[in-house]
This record gives sequence, C-alpha cells and structure tokens, in this order.
Amino acid sequence: MATAHGAAHDHGSHAHGPQAHGHDEHHTPTGWRRYVYSTNHKDIGTMYLVFAIIAALIGATFSVIMRLELLQPGVQYFNAADGTPNGHLWNTVVTAHGLIMVFFVVMPALIGGFGNWFVPLMIGAPDMAFPRMNNISFWLLPPAFLLLLASALIGGGVGTGWTIYPPLTIQQGAGMDLAIFSLHIAGASSILGAINFITTIFNMRAPGMTLHRMPLFAWSILVTAFLLLLALPVLAGAITMLLTDRNFGTHFFDAAGGGDPTLFLHLFWFFGHPEVYIMILPAFGIVSHIISTFSKKPIFGYLGMAYAMVAIGVVGFVVWAHHMYTVGMDVDTRAYFVAATMVIAVPTGVKIFSWIATMWGGSIRLEVPMLWAIGFIFLFTVGGVTGVVLANAGVDYALHNTYYVIAHFHYVLSLGAVFGMFAGYYYWIGKMSGRQYPEWAAQVHFWTTFVGVNLTFFPMHFSGLAGMPRHYVDYPDAMWHWNYLSSLGAFLSFGSTIFWLVFVVFGGLLAGRKVGANYWGDGATTLEWTVPSPPPFHTFEELPHVSPTAHP
Amino acid sequence: MIGKCARGIFGLLAVIAGLGIAGGAQAQPIVGIPHDWQVNFPPSYTPLMERVASLNDLLLVIITLICIFVLALLLYAMWRFHAARNPTPTTTTHNTVLEIAWTVVPILILVVIAIPSFRLLYYGDKLAEAPVTIKVVGHQWYWSYEYPDQGNFRIESRILSEADRLKQKPNMPRMLAVDEEMVVPVGTNIRIIGTAADSMHGWTVPGFGIKKTVIPGRINEGWINVTKEGYYFGQCSQICGNNHSYMPIAVKAVAKPEFDKWVEQKKASAGLPPATDLASATAPANR
Repeated sequence: MATAHGAAHDHGSHAHGPQAHGHDEHHTPTGWRRYVYSTNHKDIGTMYLVFAIIAALIGATFSVIMRLELLQPGVQYFNAADGTPNGHLWNTVVTAHGLIMVFFVVMPALIGGFGNWFVPLMIGAPDMAFPRMNNISFWLLPPAFLLLLASALIGGGVGTGWTIYPPLTIQQGAGMDLAIFSLHIAGASSILGAINFITTIFNMRAPGMTLHRMPLFAWSILVTAFLLLLALPVLAGAITMLLTDRNFGTHFFDAAGGGDPTLFLHLFWFFGHPEVYIMILPAFGIVSHIISTFSKKPIFGYLGMAYAMVAIGVVGFVVWAHHMYTVGMDVDTRAYFVAATMVIAVPTGVKIFSWIATMWGGSIRLEVPMLWAIGFIFLFTVGGVTGVVLANAGVDYALHNTYYVIAHFHYVLSLGAVFGMFAGYYYWIGKMSGRQYPEWAAQVHFWTTFVGVNLTFFPMHFSGLAGMPRHYVDYPDAMWHWNYLSSLGAFLSFGSTIFWLVFVVFGGLLAGRKVGANYWGDGATTLEWTVPSPPPFHTFEELPHVSPTAHP
Repeated sequence: MIGKCARGIFGLLAVIAGLGIAGGAQAQPIVGIPHDWQVNFPPSYTPLMERVASLNDLLLVIITLICIFVLALLLYAMWRFHAARNPTPTTTTHNTVLEIAWTVVPILILVVIAIPSFRLLYYGDKLAEAPVTIKVVGHQWYWSYEYPDQGNFRIESRILSEADRLKQKPNMPRMLAVDEEMVVPVGTNIRIIGTAADSMHGWTVPGFGIKKTVIPGRINEGWINVTKEGYYFGQCSQICGNNHSYMPIAVKAVAKPEFDKWVEQKKASAGLPPATDLASATAPANR
C-alpha cells in the first residue's frame, strides 16, 4: 500500500479545515485568468480533457460522415458539382479524421489530461516541475488545432491520409502548409510536455517514492514522455523538409531532383511507430490501476509490468519499417523488421497475462471502470494478434492498405486507447470533480459502445481479407454487406458517445452523487486517493512520505 | 433506402450471375473478384498466394486460440473471483514459474510462426529467371503496362465509366472493369517491375499474393505466376489523390499461344504514334 504520511493524511482527514481553505484563496486566480494564465496541473489537465472531448466530437463527426457515405455502394454525398465523385474531398475528410484523432484527441486526453492530473498526485508532487511551460504546452494546442481545421478548408484541403507521404503532399494546395505548421506546433507542445513529465517524475517524487515504488500510470507516462522526446523531433525534421520541398525548391523527397520519397516514409515511421505506443502506453497504465483497484489486489508482477512498458518503448523504435514492407526494401531488411516486430508481442503478452493474474484470486467488483478495463484487455488482445499477422511481411503483401489494417489499428486504438480513456474517465471523474457518474447512464454507455465499436470494426477484417483498399470513397458492390454493418456500428457508437456527453458528463457533473476521498475503497491505494475529491487547488504542500514497505 | 438496398442486391446478383459465364466479347471467365459476405482471402490464383494463404491459415488458428484463451481466462476470473464469491482477495503478486512461462511460451509460438514466415518472405521476393517481364507504371489515375521482352510495346488501362461498362463489359463488376486489361500468359513466371509517374500508387491483385507500392524514381520488383485463365481484378492500394478509388487493376490471364497472338497484334500496332499521356481517366458517374 502506498501509505502516505504527513501532508497527504492531513489533507485527507482535514481537507475542509481552515488552513486548506486559506491556502486555496491565496493562490486561486479567478475567471478567465484562472485558465488562460494557469500554472496549475489540475486546471491544465482539465483543459486538456475538455479540449480532447471537443476535438473528439469533431473527429468522430468526420468518421460518421465517412460511414454514411460507405453505407451504400455508389457515391451518395461526396460528389463534385458535375456529379463525378469528389475523391479529394473524401481524402480530406479521411486525413482530418486521422490527424485529429491522433494529435488532438488521444494524446491530449491520455497524456495532457490524465497525465497532468494524476502524475503529480500519484508521485506526491505539489505540481509539475515547470508549471509555466505546462501552460504553454496546453495553449499551443488550440492554435495547432485551428491550423489543422483550416488546412481542410484552405487551398482545397489536404487529401493525403494522416501519413502525408510525398509526392502527393507536394502536389497539395496551401492547406498542406497549414497542416505542416499545425503538426509543428502540436509537436512542440508535446515535446515541452514530455520534458515536463520527465523532469517531474525524475526530480519531484515524494520522499520514499523510489522509481520501483512508483505507480504504473506514472511509469507509463515516463516511458511515453521519452518516446515523445525522441520521436517527435524526427517528425518535425521530416515535415520541415517537406515544407522546403514544397516552397523553397529543395528535393529531399523528389526523385526528379535526386531525392527519394521513401526517405520520408522512413522518417515518418521512425516517428509514427513510437507514436502508436505513445497513444497506447498511458492506457496500459490506467488499466493497471483499475484492474488492481477492483480486484482489491496489488498489481501482479509490478516490476515486470513496468519494464515491459520500457521494453515496448525501446523495441518500438526499431520496428518502423513494418509499415512499409511493400515499398521495395531489400529482402534481408524486411526479414529483420519481421523479426523485430514479432518481438514486441512478448512484453505485450506479459502485460496481458499479468493483468489477468492480478484479477486471479482477487475480489472482483464489476464497477463501470472495471468493465472498460476488462473490455480493453480483450479487445486489445484482438487488435494485438492481428498485428502479429501483419508483422509477417509475406502475409502483409496481401493485407497492406486494406481494411484489415484499418480493423487492426482501430482495435488497438479506437477500442484500445479509447477504452483506456473512458476507463480513466469513469475511474477518476469522482476524484476530479467530486461527483460520481450516474450508474445507469454509465452502464448504457459502456454496453452500447462495446457493441457499436465491435460492429464497426470486426467486419472490416473480412472486407480487408476480401481486398477492400483503404481511402476509398466507393467499393465494388460485393463489399456492400460488411460496409453496411460497419456503418450501423459507427452510428451506434457515435450515438453512444453523445449519450455519454449528455447523461454521464453533464448529468454526472451537475447532479452526480458527491464522493469522499477514496470512493473506491480498499483496492485504491495510490496517493491520489489520500486527497479529497475534488482535490484542493494545491495538494501536497507538505510532501507525503511513502513508507519503505509500500507496495506499488 | 429500400430501393437502394434492392438495387444493391440486384447488383450483387448481377455480379454473381456474371461469374463463370463468358460474355460474348470475353472468352475468359471472370475469376478474381470479391464476393458477397466474403470472410477470408479469395482463392489462391498464384503459387505465391497459396503459401500466403497457408501461413495465414496457420496464423488464424493461432490467433483465434489466443483470443479464446484470453477471453476464457477473463470470463472465468470475473465469475470465480467475483466479490460475491470470493470476498477475501489473496495477496499473490509473484509466481516465477508462471512469469517465465508466459514469456517463453509466446516466444516459442513466435518461432513457430517465424520459420514459415521467413520462408515465404524469401520465396516471394524475386525471380532469378523470368520469360516475361512487365513494367507497371502508376499514373494519376490509370495504369500503364510495358512489355520490354516482347518488343517493348505499352498499353494503358483505364477504368470504364459506368455507361461504357454497361455497354461493353456488363458482366464485369462496377468499379473494376477497365478498357484494356494487362494480359499475361498462364503458368508462366512473370516478373513485375513497378514504378510511378507522379505520386505513389499501389499495384495489387487479391489472390495473387503481391502488392507493390510503386514510387516515382524507384523500381519495385515482384513476381506472379497465374495458374488459371480468367479475369482478375485489384484496386490501387496507395492513396494517390482525387481518383484513387477509380484506377482498378485488371489482369487477363490467357493460354500461352493466345498471349503470343496478342503480343503480335500489339507489336503490329506499336508503329502507331504512342498513346497520349493525358492526366486522367474520367471518373465514372456513380448515380
């Protein structure tokens, strides 16, 4: 048990005492200044979460538009004025959906939102190491997001897919430059955030909180921050070269000038593959805590779990070219990437089995966060094993850029990372707001989303095996049934998300039951459960002390 | 909506009816097309795809078992260790044997997968000798095929607009029918070398076990050996702009003598001025 002594206990038991209040009033700016000038990790975390929800609604709207189009064979909505299909508009919507979901939903929610809120609380730090930098990390995101939205509207939009491969990106209109700037700014935001997390976790752990006693969510954010720090500059370099190719006559990626488009692919995926672990590792951390809490057991194989994440992070940097088996790399190179990619299945397996072993012998309560966490484990397994299939270059030739790949990465992201986000929301919303979610609405939300996303993405395995390529506005009539089911699933999932927003988020925040410091009871042992719900503006003004016998 | 569904079903019926029935203009059966409710790879049309499919079958068994195993463990744990049934949790957090087992067993499974996987990878890589080489060039938004060993003539392959398809090749599926197919002899090793003129494209035919991202300035090599006569269809598999959805790949596999005849025909007409390099085929209206 991460028993906290000292300040944390004081806050826990006398949170509403005069002292705590006095402090709050001293340092709490009010009105818009509280947020715009914020240096408080909790307020910044909240802003990240609100931002991610807004971006998610926009990104999800794009996906519903796409599924509406794909509901029937033929082109229903994406027609140009002359009645011919407007494939470029379609590609623009696809691109916007991908970039929004990756850069403005998953990353801000998991890292900026939950990371900011709970890393300092879990390690017993009063705030992040660089509170002002934290402010700019967040406030760089809205302009980046506006640039990205503008990129879809200006110069005909960016119809390239989120991987922005040249030469197609070099042919795009002015919107492409806005998209590049957007990624630059979002990347700078993430790099600053990563520096902040690394410094915070290395230097601001409470006395007694050694790295090997640190909660797994903090571990997951630490590994994620390193991945961000090492991967994003490569993306920044690549898109800068793209920018100069487009505007200043360089030929890094232009074969006619001695360049090579595949150089961009290598640079992009050197960033892009760690990026997918950036999106999933924080969810691993969240799920670990939830499984442990609702099994009323410490996490099984804690060190193995922590180092499995480190291993996934390290190996994640040397597998990038499995995204590009079909571009004509040497066969020995491909063989290496096959082998390296398959290795990742091992630490991932360790995590899956350790979660199950945590449940084993536990006293399991199937509260809503636990439903999401168990759903995560199973659906992530499904997405993971199709990853093993795709790792085999020989099989990948038949599946590359088909809906099978779409199914694979939506199972690990839309059903993995997003389930992790919802799990975190239900687990911590009482802590963050002081009010619990309404149980009935949470149940409805979980089950409709569970059915909806599976109905959306499972049939994509089949249409992919049948050969349906991605980025298509239309498909041969024989692909109709699977697409029809996928679309129904997407509508159900979207409806479920709106339901969540109205009944769970607004309903819960306005009328939810008030909760105490540790509303989950004995199983919840990390430091955030020792402070009141919601926590005072400043927590751990006196550092908690973690006892040497503490079990993470 | 119902009208649309009905239309969709009619379309599907038409496709199915078109199966195997050789139209007047086409002597070859239509083989390589997707099917309604298809849940797995199409049949293997090349020896390479046979091996791809067999590795995929092995993988499918392994991954299904893993998923069932994980699901069973989760469900059992949820039932057996539910708070109602097991109010007092254990404090077990380590079990060395178990932890070694779930590290080593996955490694062994991966080795079982890796051996056929590497074999397939090297088998599919390239040919030492090929009697026919075809150079595939992706354009925005059509394909061109060059036959350097047969006198280096070039053909262009563009999607048929819906009206033309109904007139000329009504038994070929919508979105897949083209004006001129790439013609290959059956039972022959054919080297495919691919490149692109403007942006990247992806050349593939489901059931051939090959997919080549073709890239300006680079040559990407692979091979096929089609075992059965017929028409086979694929679609561009690398996003390439406005008409990415409308540059299908159509392959017509014919007997060797017929291929030779076709080559002679093409060679004879190769003296004509070369085909224009116009940017795009007109996308079909789809309503």
